[in-house]
Amino acid sequence: MNIVKDIGLYSLLMYRVFVKPDRGRMFWKQLPKELEKLGLASLPIVIIISIFIGAIMTIQTKLNTENPLLPTYSTGLVTRDTLLLEFSSTIMCLILAGKVGSNIASEIGTMRITEQIDAIEIMGINSANYLILPKITAFVLMMPFLVIFSMAIGLTGGYLVGAFSDIITTADYLLGIQYAFIPYYVFYSVVKSLVFAFLISSVAAYYGYNAYGGALDVGKASTNAVVNSSILILFFNLLVTNLMLN
Amino acid sequence: MIEVSHLFKSFDGEQVLKDISAVFETGKCNMIIGQSGSGKTVLMKSIIGLHRVDSGKIEYDSRNLPDMRMRDIRRLRREVGMLFQGSALFDSMTVMENVMYPLEMFSSSTRLEMENRAKFCLDRVNLNEHSYHLFPSEISGGMQKRVAIARAIALNPKYLFCDEPNSGLDPKTSLIIDQLIYEITHEFNITTIINSHDMNSVIEMGENIIFINNGIMAWSGTNKDIYLADNEDLNDFVFASELYKQVKKINQ
Repeated sequence: MNIVKDIGLYSLLMYRVFVKPDRGRMFWKQLPKELEKLGLASLPIVIIISIFIGAIMTIQTKLNTENPLLPTYSTGLVTRDTLLLEFSSTIMCLILAGKVGSNIASEIGTMRITEQIDAIEIMGINSANYLILPKITAFVLMMPFLVIFSMAIGLTGGYLVGAFSDIITTADYLLGIQYAFIPYYVFYSVVKSLVFAFLISSVAAYYGYNAYGGALDVGKASTNAVVNSSILILFFNLLVTNLMLN
Repeated sequence: MIEVSHLFKSFDGEQVLKDISAVFETGKCNMIIGQSGSGKTVLMKSIIGLHRVDSGKIEYDSRNLPDMRMRDIRRLRREVGMLFQGSALFDSMTVMENVMYPLEMFSSSTRLEMENRAKFCLDRVNLNEHSYHLFPSEISGGMQKRVAIARAIALNPKYLFCDEPNSGLDPKTSLIIDQLIYEITHEFNITTIINSHDMNSVIEMGENIIFINNGIMAWSGTNKDIYLADNEDLNDFVFASELYKQVKKINQ
């Protein structure tokens, strides 16, 4: 029953979020701040994780496919497709669900328990629209760039393995990442990331907005936001993959 | 003027407000007093519309809040200022930005005019220019209350609500905040409703007091009447301390 209640409350909240802002000027003032906070501030973690995962994936693929029948470029090819299809969109979004989701839920949750949201409502402002719409818009706008950036950095990580070790030659790696490239995979990944970005930001906002009590409840809201958005990411990953790749 | 009549409110079947009727007059400090858990915060939040009442009327100068659509409630709220117990200032904004916020949302004035209005409000609550660019976390509790008052009056409200305005303040600062609320109420002819259990505030500025006990309006009167009241619950609440017992004796 809680799931039904949550879906109902989430839908009602989204209904309040997606309306014309009370003051467009204030929305445009908030948007760059959110782009910076949710998008640009996520770049360091995207870079660190992508470069290491790209490198590790290259090493593991090479070590696990030591077969003379397989072409030498296969390591680069597998690394590229794994990064494009799953890592840079799904796994990166699961990681960002932790960073961005907890950030949104705790920020809005703290505003709720310190009566800042009540203060906005008392002024006659649609607090859901004012607080949540810029966050969702900013994160959905930034996510494709983060995903494409992650792909590029991940592939660079693999290249560095070739450049600084003798596990694979850079020539083989570069041939592999260019071989039989399907641009549609990038499109598919970007579409998935847009769905995930919406889920992360809106689910986190929902839990933050409905936080009541004290610091403990903000912590709970933050945890719920991360756990539930992660589950939804996995579910929608299956759904979108079936729709777009099947 | 705000008039509430036959107000009922319950949570999960438990009746919290039982048939409350009261008139909150314009240009006066109207106080809601009562013990913790008596229902005074629920009453205030119901009057503002943060809680939907089960039945009864809440009339803002003859406009009945429970009958209004959300759009009309929002319009009405632009005539309302509120001072929250914890000040509820926006952490991410400076003092100046906090006061500018309602103006930016609703005023059609130029930036300069808005800044001048914000400066006037901050000046009115005796905050100097040095504090304008500080964040709420960088100023004292008393200063936060003053900023919250400045923000509440920025749009020239007709109605001002104060929830425990002295909570967490020392007696001297409490007195300053009380005086400020009293002066602003009379200067701008605002209908002010103060929710408090601070007896100094009640005696200081209670021009119209209603006493809530277990969700029932048990007594109403002024700060002068309170010494002579024969309501047992009210006397238990007001004259709980030895000091006020002595004050009552002297007054009688």
